Amino acid sequence: MTAFAPLEALAGTARGRLGDRRTRTLATAAATVAVLLVILVAGTLLADRAAHTNLTARNLSPSLGHPFGTDRLGRDQLARTLAGLRLSLLIGALAASVSAGIALVLGAAAGALGRRVDAVVGWMVDLVMSIPHLVLLILLAFVLGGGMKAVVIGVAVTHWPSLTRVLRGEARRVAASDYVAVSRRLGRRGAWVGRHHLAPHLVPHFTVGLVLLFPHAILHESGLSFLGLGLSPHEPAIGILLADGMRYLSAGAWWLALLPGLALLLMVKTVDVLGQQLRNLTDPRTVQE
Amino acid sequence: MSAPSSAAAPAATSVPSGPVLDVRDLSVVFLQYESGLRRRRLEVISGIDLTVDAGELVAVVGSSGSGKSLLAHAVLGVLPRNAVVSGQILYRGEPLVEARLRCLRGREISLVPQTVASLDPVARVGSQVVRSAELAGAADPGATARGALRGLGLPESTDRLYPHELSGGMARRVLTATATVGRPRLVLADEPTPGLHPLVVAETLAGLRAMADEGAAVVLITHDLLGALDVADRVAVFYAGTTVEVAPVSRFAGTGAGLRHPYSRALWAALPGHGFTPLVGAQPPPTALPPGCLFAPRCPQRSPDCERARPESRLIDGALVRCIHA
Amino acid sequence: MDLELLIKDVLATDESPPAEGLSSDRRRSRAAILQWVGGKVARLCILLVAVSVGSFLLVEASPIDPVAAYVGAEVLNIGPDQRAQIEARWGLDDPAPTRFFRWAGQALRGNLGTSMIYNAPVAEVIRTRFAASLGLMALAWLLTGVFGFGLGIIAGSRPGSRVDRGVRWWVYTLASAPTFWIGLILLYVFAVSLQWAPVCCAGPIGADPSTVGFGDRLHHMLLPAITLAIVGVGSIALHTREQVVTFLHGDAAVFARAQGERGWGLVRHHLLRNAAVPALLLQFASLSELFGGAILAETVFSYPGLGQATAAAGIRGDVPLLLGIVLAATVFVYAGNLIGDVAHRVADPRVSLLPAARA
Repeated sequence: MTAFAPLEALAGTARGRLGDRRTRTLATAAATVAVLLVILVAGTLLADRAAHTNLTARNLSPSLGHPFGTDRLGRDQLARTLAGLRLSLLIGALAASVSAGIALVLGAAAGALGRRVDAVVGWMVDLVMSIPHLVLLILLAFVLGGGMKAVVIGVAVTHWPSLTRVLRGEARRVAASDYVAVSRRLGRRGAWVGRHHLAPHLVPHFTVGLVLLFPHAILHESGLSFLGLGLSPHEPAIGILLADGMRYLSAGAWWLALLPGLALLLMVKTVDVLGQQLRNLTDPRTVQE
Repeated sequence: MSAPSSAAAPAATSVPSGPVLDVRDLSVVFLQYESGLRRRRLEVISGIDLTVDAGELVAVVGSSGSGKSLLAHAVLGVLPRNAVVSGQILYRGEPLVEARLRCLRGREISLVPQTVASLDPVARVGSQVVRSAELAGAADPGATARGALRGLGLPESTDRLYPHELSGGMARRVLTATATVGRPRLVLADEPTPGLHPLVVAETLAGLRAMADEGAAVVLITHDLLGALDVADRVAVFYAGTTVEVAPVSRFAGTGAGLRHPYSRALWAALPGHGFTPLVGAQPPPTALPPGCLFAPRCPQRSPDCERARPESRLIDGALVRCIHA
Repeated sequence: MDLELLIKDVLATDESPPAEGLSSDRRRSRAAILQWVGGKVARLCILLVAVSVGSFLLVEASPIDPVAAYVGAEVLNIGPDQRAQIEARWGLDDPAPTRFFRWAGQALRGNLGTSMIYNAPVAEVIRTRFAASLGLMALAWLLTGVFGFGLGIIAGSRPGSRVDRGVRWWVYTLASAPTFWIGLILLYVFAVSLQWAPVCCAGPIGADPSTVGFGDRLHHMLLPAITLAIVGVGSIALHTREQVVTFLHGDAAVFARAQGERGWGLVRHHLLRNAAVPALLLQFASLSELFGGAILAETVFSYPGLGQATAAAGIRGDVPLLLGIVLAATVFVYAGNLIGDVAHRVADPRVSLLPAARA
C-alpha cells in the first residue's frame, strides 16, 4: 500500500466479481449443500441400475451410453459410482455425527466436571491416539465381523479424539475464566452456566469439527472397503469399486480405477469446502480480510 | 556511555533546506469484518500534520489506543496489508514511496521498537545486531555491531544470548543498538520506555537526545509526557488519531496557559502535581469517530460550529493548532 | 554528571539474565536426564499394557469364531473332533484371563505367538516386514518433509497470490484424495503405461531377497513412497504456511522489514528457522498417519511390508499377528513422538532442554 492510495479505493482484496467475501462464503456453502443433496438423490434413484448386470457388456471403456464405462459384470459404472457415493455420504455422516457427539460429551465433561474427569478423558484421548488410525480401524473391523455395522462403529470410535482435544481445551478455558466464576458467585447453577457460557463457545467448534470429521470418515470407510474389511463386496462402495478395478488395471481398464476415485475425491472436497465456509463464518480470527 | 559510539555526525554533503520529515494530513484506515457479514472501518489515524527538522527531537504524546504507534509504521511503509493510507509523507522534500523506502530502511531511517518481541526469537542477539549492521551498509558489520553493543555497556557474554533471556534493561539497550549501527538521519522511536526502571528510561531518552544532537531528526512516540519534556524540542499532542497541537516544549510549563488546544490544557491539568484534574469521558473508538472536531463531545469550549467539520491545522504563534477557538 | 554515575552503578549490579533455557540447564546432572528417560519408558510400558488389555478384550468380545477365521471356507466340513483338536492346538479352549496372561507372559519374553497366515513366529514376521516398511516410510517421510516445508514457505510468503492459491488448492485437493486411489493412478501411469517402475513387490519377482541390490530396492520403493508423500505433503504444507503467515504478521517480521530485510533475505535470515521449528514437531507427529497410509500403499503395490501384513491379518483373522502389530505400531508412534519432542527442544531455544517440572 503506497502512501498515495486515495481513501475511496477500498482494499482491493475484499471485492470480487460477486460481491464481498462474506456473500461469497454463504453462496459457496449453499452450493456445496446442493451438490451433496443431488448426489444423495441420484444415488438413491440409480440403485437399481447400479445392480443390473449385463454379461455381454463387460469392461467397456467410457462411452455415451456408459459415461464411466462398465465393470467386469457389465454393470454401469456411473450408476455404481453414484450409489457408492451415496453410501459413503450416509455412512460418513452417521459415523461423523456419532464421533462428534462422543467428542462433545467427553470434551464438555472434561472441562466442566473437574480435574479428575479431565485427567481420565485426557488419558483416554492419549490412548486412542497412540495407535495409528487405520490399524485400530482394522482391529475393530475384524472384531466386529466386517460389514456396514463394523464400518460405522469402527469409524465412529476412532475419530473422536482430535475433536475431543479441541473441545476439552475450550471447555477448560471457559470453566476457568473469570466470567464463569462471577456467574457462579452470583448464584447461577451449573445448567445455566452450561447454556449461557459453555455452549456458545463449544457449539461453533462442534459444528465445524463435525463437518470436518466427515471427509475423514468417508476416506476411512472407503479405505476399509478397499482392503476388504468394510462393506460387503455386493455393495457398490467406492472402495470395493476400486479394489475390483485394480485387478483389471494391467489389462488397461484405467476407467475402473480413475473415475470412481475421482468422483469420491470431488465429493470429499465438496464437504471439506463446506466445512471451511462454516469455519470462515464463525471463527473470529478470520475477521481481518 | 549511553551515546552511540564515537563517530562523526551523518555526513551531510548537502544540508537539507526543509524539514527531514514532513507529514501532511496522513490518514490510516483499516478494514475489518465483524461477526457475521458486516464490515467496518477503523479510522486509526485521521489527519496528522507533523514536521521534524534535522537535530530536532519531536515527541508525539498521547494516551494508549490513540494510534500513534502506527505513525512509525506508516512512515516506514510496514503497515499491514489491509491498511489504506492517504495523505503525504515527505522525506527531505521528496515523497516517500516504496522504491525510495527500500534504500532508506535500516540505513537513513531507523526504527527503535517497543519490545523485545520485535527481535527474532530463535536467533542469538549478537548475530541479529550484526545483521542490522549489514542491512545498514556497514563496511565491517561484525566490528560495528560489537562496537555498538559494547558502547551501550553490554558485555561480550550478551552476544550469545537469545532474546527471551534478556532482562528489560538489556533488551532496551540491544534494541537501541540495532538502530545506531547505521548512521540514521531519521529515528522513529516507538514507545521505547514502557514499564522500565526510571534509570533505564532516563538513559534511553538521553540516548535519543544524543542522536538528535548529532544531527538526526528524532520522533519520540510516547505516552510519558513528563519524561519527553526533558529531551524534546517540540511536542505533538495526539488525540483519537489526530494531532491537536504541535507546540514548543517551553509552552508545557506552569499552568499550561501557553497551550492553545483545550485537550492539551486538560492533559496538562490532569498530571499529578498540576492539579490532577481528570477530564470527563473517554477517547472515541476508531469505529465511531464523531463528525467534526474529534474532541468536541468533551470540550468545554464547544460550539455548534465545532461539530460541522474537522478543524484544519492552523499556525498560531509558533504552534500548529487544530481548533477553531484557538 | 550524577546521573551517569548512578547509571554506571545500575549497570554494575544489573542482574544476570534469567537462567531459563541457558547453558546451566544443559549442564543438568545425569540423574535428571536418567529420571526423564525412565519416566518416558514407564509411560510406554503403561501404554502397552493398556493397549494389549484393550485389544485382547476387544477380540474376546468379537463374534468372530477364530476357528472359522483360520480354517476359512472349509469350516462347514470339519467335525467336532477336529474342531476340538484345533482349539486345543491354539489353546482356544481355556478361559480368557488365562489366555491373556499366558500371552502376556510369553510376550514379555519376546514370544508373541505364531502367525496363522505366515506360519512363523509373530516377532520374526514383524521384524522382517518392519524393516521393509521402514525404508519405504523413511523415503516418504523425507519427501513429505522437504516438499511440504518448501511449499509452505512459498505459499505463506505470498499469501493471496496465485502461487499461494494454487498451492492451497492443490494441497486441499490431495487431502481429499484416497491414498489407495493415488496409488492406483501412479501404478497405472508409471508402471503399467510408461513402464518406468515395477508393478509390484520389493524386488524382482522370484529373486532371492539377499541378492537384491540397493538400487533395485529403491526402484521398487519409489512409487509407494511417492504415493505416501503426495498424500502427506498437505498437512505439513498447510501448517508451515500458517506458521509463515503468523510470523510475517508478527512484531519480529515487521521490525525486520523496517530494518530493510526483503524477499530472500527475510526468508533466509528469519523465516526459515522460525517456521522449521514447528514443522519439525509436526513431521514427527505424522508417523501415525504414515503407518496407516503404508497399509494402503503396500496393498496397492503388493509391497511385502508390515502394512500389507496388517491388512492380511485383519481379513484372515490372524489374531496373534494382529495383536503383535498393534503393539508394534504403538511403540513406533510413541518413539516418533518422543524423538519429535526431543528434536523440538533442541531446535527451539525458547524451550528448555528438559522439562522443569512434571508436565
